[in-house]
Amino acid sequence: MKQSITLGRVTKFMGLGIFSTLKDLFTGKLEKEDFKNFIRKTIVPLASILLFIGIWHIGAKALYNKEADFKIQKALSDQGQAAADAMEACIASGDVSCKPNTLPSPAQVWDSYKSLLRDHNIIAADKAAFKEKTAVLNEKRIADGLDPITYTGRPSFVDQIFRSLKTVFAGFLLALLIAVPLGIFIGLSPTLKSSFNWFIQIFKPVSPVVWYLLVFMIVKTLLIDSNEDSSFTISFISVGLCSMWATLVNTAMGVSSVDKDYINVAKVLKLGPFQKIFKVVLPSSLPLIFTGLKITLSVAWMVLIAIELLAQSPGLGLFVWEEFQNGANDSNAKIIVAMFVIGIIGFLLDRLMLTIQNWVSFDKTEAI
Amino acid sequence: MAYLELNNIYKNYGQGDSETEVLSNINLSIEEGEFVAIVGFTGSGKTTLVNLINGLIEPTKGEVLFKGKPVSGTSHERGVIFQNYSLLPWLTVEQNVLMAVKEAFPKREKAVWKRKAHYYIEMVGLTPAINKLPKELSGGMRQRVAVARALSMKPDMIIMDEPLGALDALTRGTLQDQILNIWEKDKRTALLITNDVDEGIYMADRIIPLRPGPNATLGPEFKIDIDRPRDKTELNDNENFKQTRNAIIEYLMDIGEERKAKATEEILLPELTPIDFVK
Repeated sequence: MKQSITLGRVTKFMGLGIFSTLKDLFTGKLEKEDFKNFIRKTIVPLASILLFIGIWHIGAKALYNKEADFKIQKALSDQGQAAADAMEACIASGDVSCKPNTLPSPAQVWDSYKSLLRDHNIIAADKAAFKEKTAVLNEKRIADGLDPITYTGRPSFVDQIFRSLKTVFAGFLLALLIAVPLGIFIGLSPTLKSSFNWFIQIFKPVSPVVWYLLVFMIVKTLLIDSNEDSSFTISFISVGLCSMWATLVNTAMGVSSVDKDYINVAKVLKLGPFQKIFKVVLPSSLPLIFTGLKITLSVAWMVLIAIELLAQSPGLGLFVWEEFQNGANDSNAKIIVAMFVIGIIGFLLDRLMLTIQNWVSFDKTEAI
Repeated sequence: MAYLELNNIYKNYGQGDSETEVLSNINLSIEEGEFVAIVGFTGSGKTTLVNLINGLIEPTKGEVLFKGKPVSGTSHERGVIFQNYSLLPWLTVEQNVLMAVKEAFPKREKAVWKRKAHYYIEMVGLTPAINKLPKELSGGMRQRVAVARALSMKPDMIIMDEPLGALDALTRGTLQDQILNIWEKDKRTALLITNDVDEGIYMADRIIPLRPGPNATLGPEFKIDIDRPRDKTELNDNENFKQTRNAIIEYLMDIGEERKAKATEEILLPELTPIDFVK
């Protein structure tokens, strides 16, 4: 019998129960008994978000005042009373030239978010126009065997997000391709396990920065003849190497701790080594492998920012760094926007992996 | 020559000081087409004995002969039904059985595999549940899948390790009948390990008690001379049944008493005289 998939089911499955509770509220399906639950699950989180924004606002205000006082005092001691008065007036007017540079308030961050979106729309329109303009020319160039002309303008914030996602998925894929097969081999053979153990123990705690430098040393030399920008290659390889350890360890553990009953079944059915691995060992260790992959993806996303920054590879990390270097009046607010975007995307990636994990797992306790 | 023969089997677990002899001096022979039950207390080494026969473990001393040849490793000739079903939880009923069929008959076509798998699933009455996962089935249904899986490999001998131990009494009764029906169809040699004397008498031609371990060994055998098919309700009034049942239970109880007596001997009471508070 096929069961219909409702929104509630999907959100609950993904660990986003708050959405279905909210939906129940709006559709009037909420029962009286659910009210306590509703307060706990919806009102409390919303209240805590408001509280967080409130504290942030007050804190930002205090920091702003401190910075402003300092500026006025400095003007007073350096240039005298007139300059101090001018500074005070300038700060009060909100002029860009003398704006105290500190933690932006929630409202400023929201404005920056909107301005980044506007910026994206402008760039997107620009891109579309460029494409239209060069369409005929490009067709001709392709027909002549030449490379088409591509848009080389500044990437928008949204472009940077997609670029970062591309890097993180490339790194994740690399981690998956290295760690899962290697983990299976290590899990199956105690000899390999002891020969690889020191390697894992030593390289697991190494910082992303050092991984980046190592990859840089190697890839730089390997791609010495190529004219292409190697920053993407370097950053995704570093991300992959940094994040693969959780998957490696989990896979090895999953493979080496398969339920003895299943191994006995494999023996009694006389499965060959390949059959045994693919039909018994791997399926039974899938839940642990996916736990590893989930950790890998979240680690990959976390180290990505630092590595993009170092590798000068376009993406959110570089965006943050450039904004910091830029020091424009809304740079700080843009950095905070990037921070939230990074956090939210990280959360969504985690949920995505959780969904896949729930989907491939079986309940061990129920199965036997 | 016997179909299955166990000669002076000893099995030890552990090494050095912690080495314990689980089975000692086991001798058993089963003829072709016979249904033998081994009855014993829990923890008496029944599963060890089964694993020795199906080839999952090797004896420390002695030899297991199957059709006159020593057993080394598992074989498709001996089908096993495990105590805890041991179905692969990520495969459906059909896939679990198909896996066994494919291994037992590697050179057949896909359609033949399917037909065979479906035949045995039908035999245990699980056709409606063919696409279900083990977790969606009841305990009795799971064990029926395990029975279908074991039978689908067309083993010459079928070994059952407390197959019904985890089931409730009603399901147990139905499954006993199902297993007997299947067995009677082609009279395969069968070995049943159980902790239920009634089950043994109802199903087997011969019952051998296993004296509890460590150093478990087989006791004297009891022949069950009751015509088949046996009727459970009539069985209770059958003189032969009553006698055999009482004899086996008495034998097992005696062992139990012996064990208890041994256990009490070892407790040394401290020499204490109670203080008299009332003077």
